[in-house]
Amino acid sequence: MWNVVGSLVPVLVAATYFFGPSALLVVAAAVAGAMLTERAFGTGGTLADGSAAITGLLLGLTLPAGIPMWMAALGGFFGIAVGKVMFGGLGYNVFNPALLGRAFIQAAFPVAITTWPALSGNWWSLRGDNFAWPFMHPRTVDAVTAATPLGLMKFEGKDTAVRDLFLGSTGGSLGETAAVVILLAGTYLAIRGFLNWRQPASMLLTIAVLSMIFHGADAVRYPTPMFELFSGGLMLGAVYMATDPVTSPMTNVGRWIFGAGAGGLALIIRIWGGLPEGVMYAILLMNSLTPFINRATQPRVFGTSLAARGGASA
Amino acid sequence: MPILSLRSFGFRHGVHPPELKSATAQLPIRRMPYPSEVVIPLRQHAGKPAKLVVCEGDNVVRGDLIAKADGFVSAPVHASTSGRVVEIGLWPHPDGSMDTAVRIAVDRFSPQVTRPRIVPRWETLTPDEIVHAVQDGGVVGLGGAAFPTHVKLAPPKDAAIATIILNGAECEPYLTTDHRIMVEFPERVHLGARIMMRTLGAKRVVIGVEKNKPDAIAALERTRPTDIEITILPLTVKYPQGAEKMLIKTVLGREVPSGKLPASLGVVVQNVGSAASIAEIFDTGMPLLERIVTVTGPGVRRPSNLIVPVGTKLRDLLAMCGGLTDDAEEIIFGGPMMGMAQANLDVPVVKGTTGVVVLTAAQTNPTTSYPCIRCGSCIEACPVFLNPSMLADLARKRRYEEMEVMHVQDCMLCGSCSYVCPSKIPLAQMFQASKTAIRKRKVGAA
Repeated sequence: MWNVVGSLVPVLVAATYFFGPSALLVVAAAVAGAMLTERAFGTGGTLADGSAAITGLLLGLTLPAGIPMWMAALGGFFGIAVGKVMFGGLGYNVFNPALLGRAFIQAAFPVAITTWPALSGNWWSLRGDNFAWPFMHPRTVDAVTAATPLGLMKFEGKDTAVRDLFLGSTGGSLGETAAVVILLAGTYLAIRGFLNWRQPASMLLTIAVLSMIFHGADAVRYPTPMFELFSGGLMLGAVYMATDPVTSPMTNVGRWIFGAGAGGLALIIRIWGGLPEGVMYAILLMNSLTPFINRATQPRVFGTSLAARGGASA
Repeated sequence: MPILSLRSFGFRHGVHPPELKSATAQLPIRRMPYPSEVVIPLRQHAGKPAKLVVCEGDNVVRGDLIAKADGFVSAPVHASTSGRVVEIGLWPHPDGSMDTAVRIAVDRFSPQVTRPRIVPRWETLTPDEIVHAVQDGGVVGLGGAAFPTHVKLAPPKDAAIATIILNGAECEPYLTTDHRIMVEFPERVHLGARIMMRTLGAKRVVIGVEKNKPDAIAALERTRPTDIEITILPLTVKYPQGAEKMLIKTVLGREVPSGKLPASLGVVVQNVGSAASIAEIFDTGMPLLERIVTVTGPGVRRPSNLIVPVGTKLRDLLAMCGGLTDDAEEIIFGGPMMGMAQANLDVPVVKGTTGVVVLTAAQTNPTTSYPCIRCGSCIEACPVFLNPSMLADLARKRRYEEMEVMHVQDCMLCGSCSYVCPSKIPLAQMFQASKTAIRKRKVGAA
């Protein structure tokens, strides 16, 4: 697991490059919230496996740079406590803890989580009221906000250059910036065998194909596949969230189904849903289907016919 | 009619543990001097244990019957040395239990010759007579499972056997027993194949040998008889290639139906060592008294391939190989994937002991196991396409009926799942315990 943490360091570096010290503060707060919760509630010694650290890191990377640290920490707490410990700890959770934490923040602090900082000139400036007192209204800070590429597309119909999306020089959450870094990190992890390539491949392929169909039908209303692929938290979600082994199917067939479902749902939410970004809810919805997918895609046992496929009851 | 080309179909899944055979692969087989005492258990084979025919105080000559077979699925046990029966009682058995064994004090000054026996020529015997001769010779499967060989030579009347597969895969790391047999005694292997062909009425023999044994393949090819149809098939090196079902899948391209025997596909599989043993009992007239054992691993000073009398204590075997190193930690009978770790140095070598692997502290660091993270590596590894993750979940909760629905009985305990699990869950060990519990329940209910 620490390998996955290591692979996220370049992403964090990219985020810090674009958003300054706020990026580190937000991520640190999320990690602290997650790890302290794991220490307090988890069964002994579980901090060492690195899963709480990953949860905190990934949660932090889905947040805007200007969010108060106490909100990020609270998200980390919720993600670990409700998303993991409550289910029984590592291996027993149904939902991705990082995404559950983000869903909590989205529901509890909808304004703060949709306040996206622009790429400011002064690298050192805080992008928002990171040091706000817990449970107090955040002060209004002289930070310039800007809409994310997906927000621009949905609410204003404006496109963003793919090059900007690819290299990360757009507004957005910390992790949705440098798509190229995430792709490289994901490739490295897949080659080393730390994650299964089928979920991300299926998810990205589904979005590419579906958005190609939509774009082909009406090029004005629907963005290009390249835009869909590189904008928003899709790369981070596909590579790091959808590949969480605990919450995604165990069988290869199941993995393709999971990725396809997540990709399809994400695109549907993006185009027709009320939110500009749909990856989070798409993955959470597919997480809830994972036990069912597992049961339905059990392999055929050696020496039996396809009709008599193993009846899993767990 | 020769087959023009025999391709290897291979089998899916499986794992690739390191081979680690270099220590003994090129060492010729040597005969071990007789120890001062041998302890021969009555249960050295699958099926019913043999029934005693000697008493304490009896003098026996090497090759004498000391226990006779109990029924058809059973094999007799013979004295592997000349000496005196000093005790008949419970003794540690390699499978971990205490079982009845005959302790013979070896006659130090005996030349260990045998009584002259009248041996019929196998060509003059009918298949039924060959089967009885093999049973009387106490021949069991020498690949480790120790199934009475004669039972395989007498399949059900309605099963016509077309193919005999000789198992020279030896996929376990460290072990080189079958390798050396094929290199040094290829004629015996071919003769065993010939006798089996006649007994079963089979049309052809395929000898499967993993590609990491090119000298064995060459030796078998060099001595291959041309009057019967024997093919040497090189196999991809993968574990568990030597498992019976995997071997049949590789050679014939067909899967043995779950719960059925290979005979249902017209196949009989036999270990190359067992085939050589069949030839030997007709050649020499002697029953199975000794076997070739690979003693290896970093924890033993002089790795060797030895001819060992059945009943030799582990202690004496290790002394023959220079003793244990200072950092020796674990002694395994069999291979590291499926073998049994031993707790007692007085445990005897039995007919099914293929090797003794001694591991050091560096290789045996015990680790804690973590919860299952549902990564699916075990599913990718299981050669029988089971779901070890879900089976382990059920095993922990002792939900045995559901485990049987999920085909736990098809699990051959090969250990591939344990090998790949990143959470270090002892999956194969859990399934062994579960299968034993299921069997006990069935016996208890019966």
